[in-house]
Amino acid sequence: MSRLVVVGNGMVGHRLVAAMRDRDTAGDWEITVLGEETRRAYDRVALSSYVDGRSEEELRLDDDELRGDPLVTYHLGDAVATVDRDARRVATASGRTLTYDALVLATGSYPFVPPVPGKDLPGCFVYRTLDDLDAIKAAAAAAADDPGRRGRPSAIVVGGGLLGLEAARAMRLLGLSPQVVEIAPRLMPVQVDAGGGALLERLVTAQGIAVRTGVSLAAVSTDRGRLVGTLSDGVELDADLVVFSAGIRASDQLARDCGLPVGERGGVWVDDRCRTRDDAVWAIGECAALEGRTYGLVAPGYAMAEVVADRLLGGEARMTPEELDMSTQLKLLGVDVASFGDAHAVTEGALEIVVNDPVEGTYSKLVVSDDASTLLGGVLVGDASRYGALRPLVGSRLPDDPVTLISKGGAEPDASALPDSAQICSCNAVTKGTLCAAIADGAHTVPELKACTRAGTTCGSCVPALARILAQQGVEVSKALCDHFDHSRAELFEIVAGARITSFSALISRYGRGSGCDICKPVVGSILATLYNEHVLDGERATLQDTNDHFLANMQRNGTYSVVPRIAGGEVTPEGLIVIGEVARDYGLYTKITGGQRIDMFGARVEDLPAIWRRLVDAGFESGHAYGKSLRTVKSCVGTTWCRYGVQDSVGLAVELELRYRGLRSPHKLKSGVSGCARECAEARSKDFGVIATEHGWNLYVGGNGGFTPRHAELLVSDVDTATLVRTIDRFLMFYVRTAERLQRTAPWIEAMEGGLDHLRAVIVDDSLGICGELDAAMARHVDSYADEWAGVLADPQKLERFVSFVNAPDTPDPTVRFVEERGQNVPAPGRPDEPVLIGLPEVSSR
Amino acid sequence: MTTRLDATTTTTAAPAPAGTEPTGWLTVCPVDRLQPGRGAAALVGDTQVALFRLADGSVYALGNIDPFTGAAVVSRGIVGDRGGEPTVASPLYKQVFALRDGRCLDGADGDAVSLPAFAVRVMGDALQVGLR
Repeated sequence: MSRLVVVGNGMVGHRLVAAMRDRDTAGDWEITVLGEETRRAYDRVALSSYVDGRSEEELRLDDDELRGDPLVTYHLGDAVATVDRDARRVATASGRTLTYDALVLATGSYPFVPPVPGKDLPGCFVYRTLDDLDAIKAAAAAAADDPGRRGRPSAIVVGGGLLGLEAARAMRLLGLSPQVVEIAPRLMPVQVDAGGGALLERLVTAQGIAVRTGVSLAAVSTDRGRLVGTLSDGVELDADLVVFSAGIRASDQLARDCGLPVGERGGVWVDDRCRTRDDAVWAIGECAALEGRTYGLVAPGYAMAEVVADRLLGGEARMTPEELDMSTQLKLLGVDVASFGDAHAVTEGALEIVVNDPVEGTYSKLVVSDDASTLLGGVLVGDASRYGALRPLVGSRLPDDPVTLISKGGAEPDASALPDSAQICSCNAVTKGTLCAAIADGAHTVPELKACTRAGTTCGSCVPALARILAQQGVEVSKALCDHFDHSRAELFEIVAGARITSFSALISRYGRGSGCDICKPVVGSILATLYNEHVLDGERATLQDTNDHFLANMQRNGTYSVVPRIAGGEVTPEGLIVIGEVARDYGLYTKITGGQRIDMFGARVEDLPAIWRRLVDAGFESGHAYGKSLRTVKSCVGTTWCRYGVQDSVGLAVELELRYRGLRSPHKLKSGVSGCARECAEARSKDFGVIATEHGWNLYVGGNGGFTPRHAELLVSDVDTATLVRTIDRFLMFYVRTAERLQRTAPWIEAMEGGLDHLRAVIVDDSLGICGELDAAMARHVDSYADEWAGVLADPQKLERFVSFVNAPDTPDPTVRFVEERGQNVPAPGRPDEPVLIGLPEVSSR
Repeated sequence: MTTRLDATTTTTAAPAPAGTEPTGWLTVCPVDRLQPGRGAAALVGDTQVALFRLADGSVYALGNIDPFTGAAVVSRGIVGDRGGEPTVASPLYKQVFALRDGRCLDGADGDAVSLPAFAVRVMGDALQVGLR
């Protein structure tokens, strides 16, 4: 049994332990982990998500299996004090001594704080650990609660690199106004070039973050309880907090103390096996200087951990700096930034191809070899959607003209052109070859691939590429709707539309099997309704309708129904209110105002529905489709008609939209709202499509919902006139109805789209697929063919015949339906309808 | 020799379980009243019966009370098949029952939830439920 001592329990140290326990099947190595931090290993790359509300548990890297492993011992909160290399022994701060056969230094790095006067004042922080973030959170909260302060609390963020921008974003989330101070002439100087930096600064500033480049912080002082940062150009900034995120330095003190050589700029010097000058001591991660150079990214650290694990178990792994992937891709403040390979074109004779689009807010650069045949690297700012496709091509022949690879609407590089050696997941160094082997071994879904190769488990940017490789390897992910159809809903829609199929029986006999079920029948019923808009209870269609559509009302728990007449935009006349009140009173219905600005009448028996509808239809009401997977309601605020703040007529537009899209059958319910000004009283941003008035017209937001996973709708188009707005919503709804899956609301539909909202905008605003004419025509057909479904039943004796309690006793009400009174209205009797009624004790009157 | 009651006759008799020999038959409605692929409810004595007619002309009768909720809604469920076995799905929570014998196909194995199945037949143009 050999003893391995790992100094450091960060991401890389943890990776080494996990790799050893995975591969050391014979159990030859006993491992002890010594960590300075008291917390279990966590994902430091995702540190900022702690401010977004992710918990320490969610960031944790190790699992209980590793914690309970008899061959692994952890001593956390106990830093190593000395290393005696001759005796092969380490001593810790608490006085522990441990001997080792192999010692691995994974001590990481510490934040670099420039030696400015006042850097240690209260209110100055570094941005490195969860403890730092806890302290920053507390200070931000204290500053915000200070009763004596005026205006927003603010923070100076020293450093405009990757970490600095993350820190600035965290400050904003904590309610402070951040000012970023960067000594280089641009933000993220390591990753992006001057052109990318200029665009980045513009995009970041637009996010409410002040940026000052080309200056440094010269001093920190205090003034009346606040901090003052003095810059090298003499400018003074008031601040409540100063956060240093100006870079890192390797934690190499242990190595220096025990006489191990270090790199020119620090870091424990190691060779291409990650071994120090002492054969028993290794160094990995940010504390290691691989052939003299340190790396501040997790991917190279993980690669080093794998090399050492392999070597300790007798392998021959080695790595050279050329093999280390220095790519980064991130989304900061909603701004995409990516750089990969030789981003700064330092290769001899390298050529740079730049596409700079200030209107779109994108900057893309490819670095290619002097004969323009091989891709060497690149920078993407503003839109990094092609990062996943381009990065693996580094070192390979270009599949296409480089300009088209980074132009809007240009060619998408195809993963099938990649060599097996191309790295698909740079965080975990997984090549295309490894993935293909895993697929051949039976990993046939993205989650299975992630589990067995680790690809896609760190930053997630390669997940779309995993899906593409699965598809290229001929793995089909089943999209079958149910046992009766091998197609997805979207495919069935195209079949029904393309082959002009008009009945379920024709579809299932040609494209399915059996007689259908409660999954496929309603789906096909909905598709037929969208395409042909005939009555949903016509002929065979009546047999396809689910619970509520079966009787054009909403089934409640005791088998009775609720009735919701349309009240478009929430606008109703006094006469209308009186009719609803009279109907509810005459049929003993319970009434309640719904969340969608309408009135719901509960407790209607099947046999009473036609008579209730007759009264409502005669008074000018129609079905509100509360029962359908279709447009429910367009909620509105009162708008310019009455409101002193309104800037547009929101009620008028809401009524217009509701009447336009009423009855449109869709994959799931559709909700909408219109607000007459930015105060947003109609809660439009929680709707599938929401409209908010501006001084110049309307903003359209899509993909919002309440429910299980609340989602804010995102801005699709802004400041458009009413005609443009309506046309855009037409296309949005029709594209959704045609391509979404069963019961998929608009938010997950947009999310599942490759390219997301940008792709959606390209399709329905720029007509990138050339289908807008078709979508417009389909919506026009829907609008022209709309008819009230309730009136359709009232006019058809055959349909009316079905609205009876019992075929052989049409006037006998269902005896299981019983009501009791609650707060002056009828509600279902408690308990199950089929249970015997409990008769209460008679009241005893005392005389 | 069995008695025949027509639809207007009130009966206090209960429906006969499927597979038993009924003592008589109650006409509940003309068979055309049932749309193929859609159910309807009938009242036989105090028992609510859910009747189904399939596209191939076959007819089935089950209890109308959903055993999971107690609501009288089974006749309003969607009819279909599971592996060739004709089924109906309860409209409230979508549990699937076999039309032939009322077994719930969605319960765990050995879960004894089921609907009663009753004797039913078509005589001429009349749909009849068997009586105990």
